[in-house]
Amino acid sequence: MDILVTGTVLGGTYALIALGLTLQYGVARIMNLANGENLVLACFCAFWLYTAASINPILGILIIAPAAFALNWAIYVFAMKPLVDRAKNRGQLEIDSILATFGLMFIMQGVMLLVFGGQYFSYNFLSEPVRILGENYGLNRIVSLGAATLIAIALYVFLYRTRFGTAVRAVSVSPQSASLVAIDVPRMSAFAFALGGGLTAAGGSLLSTYYTFNSSMGVIFTMKALIIVIMGGVGDVRGAVLAALLLGLAETAVASLIDPGLTLAATYTLFILVLLFRPQGIFGRQTA
Amino acid sequence: MSLMNEKEQRIAAIALMLFGAAAMIPFADDGYYLSLCVNIVMYAVLCTAWTLFSGPTHYISLATAAFFGIGTYSVGLGIDTLPFPLLVAIAAVASGVLAGLVGVATLRLSGVYFVIFTLGLAELVRQVVTWLQVKFLGSVGLYVFTDMTEKHIFWMLLALAAVVYITGWLVNRSRLGFALRIIGNDETVARHVGIDVARAKVILFMISGAFIGITGAILAPRFAYVEPPSAFNPVISFQVVIMALLGGTGRLWAPLLGVIPFTILFDRISASFPNHTSLLIGVAFMAIVYFLPRGVMGLIDDFRARHAKSRHAAAGVPEAAE
Amino acid sequence: MERRTLIKTFAASLLASAVLAGPAMAEGTIKIGASAPKTGPLAGGAAVTYWPAVQLWVNDVNERGGIDVGGEKMKVELIEYDDRTSNEEAIKNIQRMATVDKVDFIIPPYGTGINLATAPLIAKYGYPHIAVTAVADGIEGFTERWPNSFWTLGTSEAMASSLVDVLTKMREAGQINEKVAVVNVADAFGIELANTGKPKLKEAGFDIVYETSYPLQQQDFAPIISGAKDAGPDTFIAFSYPGDTFGLTKQATITDLPVKAYYVGVATAFPAFAQANGAAANGVMGVGGVNAASEAYQDFAKREVEVTGVAPDYWASPVQYASLEVLEQAITKAGSLDKAAVIEALGSETFETIMGEWKFEDNIIKKFWTVGQWQDGVFHGIASTGVGGEFEPIVKSGWN
Repeated sequence: MDILVTGTVLGGTYALIALGLTLQYGVARIMNLANGENLVLACFCAFWLYTAASINPILGILIIAPAAFALNWAIYVFAMKPLVDRAKNRGQLEIDSILATFGLMFIMQGVMLLVFGGQYFSYNFLSEPVRILGENYGLNRIVSLGAATLIAIALYVFLYRTRFGTAVRAVSVSPQSASLVAIDVPRMSAFAFALGGGLTAAGGSLLSTYYTFNSSMGVIFTMKALIIVIMGGVGDVRGAVLAALLLGLAETAVASLIDPGLTLAATYTLFILVLLFRPQGIFGRQTA
Repeated sequence: MSLMNEKEQRIAAIALMLFGAAAMIPFADDGYYLSLCVNIVMYAVLCTAWTLFSGPTHYISLATAAFFGIGTYSVGLGIDTLPFPLLVAIAAVASGVLAGLVGVATLRLSGVYFVIFTLGLAELVRQVVTWLQVKFLGSVGLYVFTDMTEKHIFWMLLALAAVVYITGWLVNRSRLGFALRIIGNDETVARHVGIDVARAKVILFMISGAFIGITGAILAPRFAYVEPPSAFNPVISFQVVIMALLGGTGRLWAPLLGVIPFTILFDRISASFPNHTSLLIGVAFMAIVYFLPRGVMGLIDDFRARHAKSRHAAAGVPEAAE
Repeated sequence: MERRTLIKTFAASLLASAVLAGPAMAEGTIKIGASAPKTGPLAGGAAVTYWPAVQLWVNDVNERGGIDVGGEKMKVELIEYDDRTSNEEAIKNIQRMATVDKVDFIIPPYGTGINLATAPLIAKYGYPHIAVTAVADGIEGFTERWPNSFWTLGTSEAMASSLVDVLTKMREAGQINEKVAVVNVADAFGIELANTGKPKLKEAGFDIVYETSYPLQQQDFAPIISGAKDAGPDTFIAFSYPGDTFGLTKQATITDLPVKAYYVGVATAFPAFAQANGAAANGVMGVGGVNAASEAYQDFAKREVEVTGVAPDYWASPVQYASLEVLEQAITKAGSLDKAAVIEALGSETFETIMGEWKFEDNIIKKFWTVGQWQDGVFHGIASTGVGGEFEPIVKSGWN
C-alpha cells in the first residue's frame, strides 16, 4: 500500500518532467535535449522568487510559466525554425535538432553557472508531513502530484475537446495533411514548443520545493523525460502520464522489495518490454 | 575481391605516410601537445567506429559510453592477473557481445527508440556494474598501475585507428557493405531483394561496439583509477555523435574532419575562457549547426564541386591540421 | 587594408605572448595553476570547497605583498582551468600547465578519482602534489608510489571507526540503544566507509537492523527511509554524497524518523545544509567537522564570504586553504621555487595553518577531523584523530 502511494507520488513528479517534452517532440518534432536545463532554470527562478521576493512557488508558476512560454516561443522562432525549414525529411530534422538543442543545453547551463554559480540550492516550502493511510508524505510532493493531475487533465481537455487542440494534434499526426486542411503548421508548432516549455517550467517550480538542484543537473531530468516520452508514445499525453506512473511504481517497488541499487535496471527492463510488445508506445497507433 | 585500383593505391600510400608522420609526434613533444593528440586520436577512433555503424544505417547510437566503459572495466578487473593484450581482446569480445544483445533487442525498432535506449544503456550498464561490484567485490574503485605512459597509449591508439580504417575499407568492399548501403537508401527495397536487414545491422553494430570497447581498454592505464562515473561517462557518447556528425558520416574518413578541428576548438575555448566554457561551447555549437549544415564534409563537397581539380588536395586536409 | 590590420594585430599579440611567456617569470611573480571542475557532476562540491578557498588564498597572499622567496616578495598569478569533471580534460590541463604555461606549482584537482588519475603526471613533472579532496584507503601505498604526494583530509577508515566510537560512547551513556540502520551510496567513498563501518559496528556490539545501498544520483528516498523506520533503530547512518545527503534528510524530516542519532555523509558540512533543513538540521551528525569555535576558522569564514561571496564548508574548505598556506610556507622555507626543495621542505618542516599546527608524517596529516554535528546553527567537530577542541555530541531530539 505504502509502495502504491509513494510510487504514485513519484509518478506525478515524472509526469511533470515529461509532459512538456512530449509536446515539443511530438508536435514540433524537436527532440529538445535542453529540456532538463529549462526545468532547472525554472527551479532557480522559483528559488529566487521565493527567497528574494517571498513569492510562493505555486503562485510563482503564474509568472514562471508564461515567461518560459515566451522564451521557448522565441527559441523556436529564432533557433529551431530555420532548421525545420531547411530539413528535407524528418531524419534530417532529428539530427539537426539534437545538435542544436545540445548547443542550447550548454548555453543555458553556462548562463546559469554565471548567474547562480555551481553550488547546490534548496529551500523549504510546504515540507510538513501529511498523513495518508498511516504513512507520512511531504505536503509539497502531494501538492505537486495534484498539480500534475490538474495539468494533465487540462492538457487532455485542451487537446481532445477544443478545435485549437485538435489542430495541434493534427500537426502531430501529419504536418503535410494538416496544412492541406488550412492549419497553420509553423504557428502550431511554435505554439506547441512554447506550451511544452511552459509546462516544463511549471513542473520545475513545483519540483524545486523538494529537490536539491544545481546548474549542471539538467541532463538527469532530460534522460528521464525522454524515456517516459518514448514509452508513452511520442506526442501522446495519456501515454506519457501512464508511462510516468508506471515508472514511478516500478522504481518504488524495486527499491522497496528488491534493492534500491537496481531501480535504473528496472526502468530499462520496463522500457525494453514496452518497446518489444508495443513499439508504437502504450497508446500509439499501429501505423505510427 | 579485386586488387586495389590506382586511386586506392594512391590513397593507401598517402594514408601510410600520414600515419608514419603521426607516429613521430611523441618524439617532438611528450607534454601537452601529446596529450591533446591522444585525445584527438581517441575521438578519431571512437567517431570512426561509430560512423562504421551509424553512417550507412542512419541509426544514432548513444551507447558509446557503455562499450567504452566495458573495455575500461575489462582491464581494470584483470590487470593484476592477466596480460594486457589478452585483456584488450576480452574487452573487444565483451563489448561486441553486449552490442549484439542490444542490437537483437532494439535494431528491429525505428530510429527514435534506438536513440533513447542507447542513451540509457550506459547508465544501465553502469548501475549493474556498480551493483555487482558492491555486492561481490566490496568496492567500486579499481587501480590500474602499469608502466605505460602517454606515448605508449598514443601509439596503441594510432595502431587501432589504422585497424579501424582498414576494417571500414574492407566492410565497404564486402557484400555486407553493399547490403548496408542498400539498407541505408531504402530498407524496404533491401528487404525485397532478399537482404537479412536485421542480421546485417547487428553484425555491424557488433564490430563498431568491439572497437569502442578496445579504445576503452587501451585508455584504462591512462587514468590509473577506474570508477563507474568516469568509465561510463555519458558525455563521451554525446561528444562522439556530435563530432562525427559535424565532420560528416558519408565517408569513412569524414569524422576525422569533425574530430580534429573541434577537439582543438573546444580546447582553445576551455583554455582561454575557463569560466565561460559551457556558454562558449554552446554558442560555437549553434553556430556550427547553422553555418555548416552538412558538416565539414558538406563544405568540402561544395568546394570540390566548384574546383573539381583539387580533388586530392582535400583528402590531405585532415592529417595536415595536426 | 582590413586584412593587413588583422595580420598586424595577430603578429603583435604573438610577440606579446612570446615576451610574456618567456623570462617574465623572473619579474617576481609565481605562476600557480589550478584545474578542477567548474561544470559537470562534481562542480557543485568544487564550487563550495575548492574554488573559493583558492581565490581567497591568492587574494590574501597578494595583499600581503606576495610569497617570501629567499628574501624577495613574489606575487602569485593564478591560472585556472575547468576539467569538466572529466579525466581526459584533467590530464590535458595538467600537461598544459606543466609544459605550455610552465607554471611553478600546481594546485591538485578536486575529487578522489581525478586526483589519482593526474597523480602520475604531477609526479612525472616533479611538482608537489598536496591532495585535499581525495579520501581513500591505501594512502600509504600512494605515498610510496608518488613520494611527491601529500595527503591531508584523512582516511575513510578513520572516519568510519571514529563514528562508531562516538556512537559507542553514546550507547554506554544510555542515550541510544544498540539498533542501527546503515545505508550507503554505491560509489567509492560511500562504499569504503560502509565497508569499514559495518564490521566495526558489529564489533562494538551494535545490531544492524536495516542495511542497503543505492545508486549515485538517486533522487527519491522514501523507500529507504520507510524501510529504516520500520526496522525501528535508534541510530540512522547514511554514508552519502551531496545530492542524497539533502534528499535523505528531507525525507527523514517528513517521515519524522524517530532516531536519536542521525548521521549523513558528504555535504552535511555545507552551509547550504543548514539553510535547506532549518531547525531539522540540529543534532545531525556528518562526516568531517572543524574547530568551528576557533578564532582562526571564524576569521577565515568571514574573509571568504567578504572576498568570494561564498561561505566555506565546515570540513574541507579550511583544509583546502590550509594546504595552500602549507605550500606558501614550504616555498619560503625552501627559499626558492625549486620543486624538489619545496617537496623536501613539505616532508620535513612544521607549518602554522588555520587548522592548527601541521606536520606531515610519511607525507600524511595524521591528525584530522572525522565527525561533526550541527549544534545551534554551527557544524562543530565532535570527533577527530587527536586534533583537539572537540564538542560533546548531543542527542537528536525530533525534527522541528
